[in-house]
Amino acid sequence: MTARVLWRKSLSAVMLSLTGVCAFVAVSVLFLILGYLVIHGGRSVNWDFFTKLPAPVGELGGGMANAILGSAKLLALASLIGVPLGLLGGVYLAEFGGHAAGFVVRYAADLLNGTPSIVIGIFAYALLVLPFKHFSTFSGAFALGIMMIPITLRSTEEFLRAVPLALREGALALGASKWRAILTVVLPAAYRGILTAVLLALARVAGETAPLLFTAFSNRFWSPGWNQPTASLPVMIYTYAVSPYDDWHRQAWAAGLLLLGLVLVINLLARVVLSRGAAVRRS
Amino acid sequence: MERHFEKDLNELKERLLWMGGLAERAVHQAVQAVLNADEQIAQRVLAEETAINEMQIEIDDRVVHVLALHQLMAVDLRFVLAVSRINNDLERIGDQAVNIAQAAQRILRHPRVKPYVDLPKMSEIVEGMMRDALNALVRRDVVLAQSVLSRDDQVDNLRDQIFRELLTYMMGDSSVVYPAFDLILMAKNLERIGDHATNIAEDVIYFVQGRDVRHPAVDRR
Amino acid sequence: MPSTANSSVSLAAGLPASPGRELAGEHSMRMNISKLNFYYGEKQVLFDISLGVAAARLTALIGPSGCGKSTLLRTLNRMHETVRNARLDGEITLDGQSIFLQDVTQFRRRIGMVFQKPNPFPKSIFDNVAYGPRINGASRPLSDVVEASLRRAALWDEVKDQLHKSAYELSGGQQQRLCIARALAVEPEVLLLDEPCSALDPISTAKVEELLVQLKSSCTIVIVTHNMQQAARVSDFTAFLLNGSLIEFSPTPQLFTTPADSRTEAYITGRFG
Ligand SMILES: Nc1ncnc2c1ncn2[C@@H]1O[C@H](COP(=O)(O)OP(=O)(O)O)[C@@H](O)[C@H]1O
Ligand SMILES: [Mg+2]
Repeated sequence: MTARVLWRKSLSAVMLSLTGVCAFVAVSVLFLILGYLVIHGGRSVNWDFFTKLPAPVGELGGGMANAILGSAKLLALASLIGVPLGLLGGVYLAEFGGHAAGFVVRYAADLLNGTPSIVIGIFAYALLVLPFKHFSTFSGAFALGIMMIPITLRSTEEFLRAVPLALREGALALGASKWRAILTVVLPAAYRGILTAVLLALARVAGETAPLLFTAFSNRFWSPGWNQPTASLPVMIYTYAVSPYDDWHRQAWAAGLLLLGLVLVINLLARVVLSRGAAVRRS
Repeated sequence: MERHFEKDLNELKERLLWMGGLAERAVHQAVQAVLNADEQIAQRVLAEETAINEMQIEIDDRVVHVLALHQLMAVDLRFVLAVSRINNDLERIGDQAVNIAQAAQRILRHPRVKPYVDLPKMSEIVEGMMRDALNALVRRDVVLAQSVLSRDDQVDNLRDQIFRELLTYMMGDSSVVYPAFDLILMAKNLERIGDHATNIAEDVIYFVQGRDVRHPAVDRR
Repeated sequence: MPSTANSSVSLAAGLPASPGRELAGEHSMRMNISKLNFYYGEKQVLFDISLGVAAARLTALIGPSGCGKSTLLRTLNRMHETVRNARLDGEITLDGQSIFLQDVTQFRRRIGMVFQKPNPFPKSIFDNVAYGPRINGASRPLSDVVEASLRRAALWDEVKDQLHKSAYELSGGQQQRLCIARALAVEPEVLLLDEPCSALDPISTAKVEELLVQLKSSCTIVIVTHNMQQAARVSDFTAFLLNGSLIEFSPTPQLFTTPADSRTEAYITGRFG
């Protein structure tokens, strides 16, 4: 009897420590990366980094202002492309999608979600770069936007489905049309969840490099408008990291730190939004 | 918060009091028929009995509805049970009044046996008991109800006294046997009415306090 | 107290007249259901139901779970049309006109509905009540409509200082009365309630019941309840459904004291099955 209790207790202790160690490893990887980035890139995160263009090859100093702005433009335009498509597609799936049509759309979205980002990059390249014979912010944003669609779409669908049927019926019973009910009751009830999903999608594509390599390409100068190649943080990291210059390496680390910081902030924002949303949706 | 069944309960009470009024009036008239030698009043009592019977049926109906439709608890439940029992007592009082009225019709065919002294006294007490029992119901007045209970002995004593006196008359003069016997019945009827009033008072105490004061000898642990 | 003096007065004078037993057939009907059959796909759940809904009265639908009460109720505002492969035959009229020939959103504005679980919108108390008038175009100022509706739902005093708080901050009972207020705000001619108290505690239930009894003077009400005591307490007419068929439809006092059908009796006495 006591032997079995002892056995059970020790097994429990072993499992507990094992899972604890795993959890610890998972967390420490993040902190390791963060620490590494701070050690190597921290020094280069200065005013110049945010405000100056890259220095000519061989010179020290300079910054990544154009890449920061480029990433911002890419993400903004990508959201403009990806979010409405994903959102409306999600509404269709949750509220109207019949059996067959719903299956097709859902399956396609899942496939798209699993498509390697470089393939999406090639697609954008073939569609928007080759015909115009030059790289552009627009084609890069297009590629990122496409990557945002499946996440936005599937999570919109999920969050809309989570809205109780009773709310829809409540609106319909008051004489609202189906569209009106969706717009005035269902979407407002789900918007925090959807917003979170959009933020997560944004965080996901913010660090994408592959699809940008042959769409937005890169640029050592400002990129006015939407029609010229543009620098972006991930591509800058890539080019600087593989360069032979120490100063560029440091700047790549700094850009990495900035990117990670951005993703962390977006994630945190998403958490805050969702937790407040949960407080409202409880009943 | 006022519950809508209180309206039903109020109507029930209203009707019970009305019926109490009818019963009281019947007793009063029946006794007056004898005391005032008024044959017409006796007939009126007989005619009016249907009103009491109809009211009994209506109240019974309402009691059933209230019990079936509203899940009454505590004081409300005791009230309806009390109403149901009081309803029966009042109907029986009505019957006794009819008995008295019929006795009156027979008594009036004979000359007066003797001057009535104890009879009016007894009927006054009994009518007072009825009135107070119903007032106790309205006011939820336990003290008043208790006073009704305590008057029962006086009624019994008066009845015995009337019995003795009339027996003496009957033994002395066989020609008064018929009317004297009816007068004895009448005293008996009045005494029964007093018992019903006592029952009503006991029901009132039960309704107000949830305490059963009938048959103190019965152990209710 | 009747006196001996004036014997000629009627012995029942001065008493309010006894309410006679009211028969459904004698009352003016707001809605009429005739020969209604209802199917979910191949499965038939209502069988040849004919029933009149008396104006300004409270009609209760009772019966064991799954007998089709909610389904029947939801046909009355055509809410069944939101269910895929639901279909029906038969006729339902509102004031003599077929409800199926009218524009569905226009029609639903005339019929209020309150659901089993309180379902306030994730909006403020005010916006919840104002929702219907807003989409339907209110003729009076919104704040008047909101106040009047909350008053009718006996909720005004509890919420008048927090109209802009989220409806979710109210208790369950308050939320349900808010939903009633929301339905009343469009001034429905008929109010449908599907087990409105099943998620409420006894005190909140009592409040809602009192509210319904008061409302029925100005509104025709149909309530579904699995709680037959509730039907007994509040309704004027009761319909007993069993396995999708209407077994008995009578004035409530009659159904609960002298039911005509032995199955009704078995059900209301708890000797069912
Ligand atoms: N959307 C639906 N699809 C298929 N069957 C349903 C649906 N809704 C209800 N039913 C079935 O219809 C019958 C009646 O249901 P309902 O009207 O909800 O009963 P009640 O409200 O009396 O409990 C039940 O057998 C139920 O399983
Ligand atoms: Mg139901």
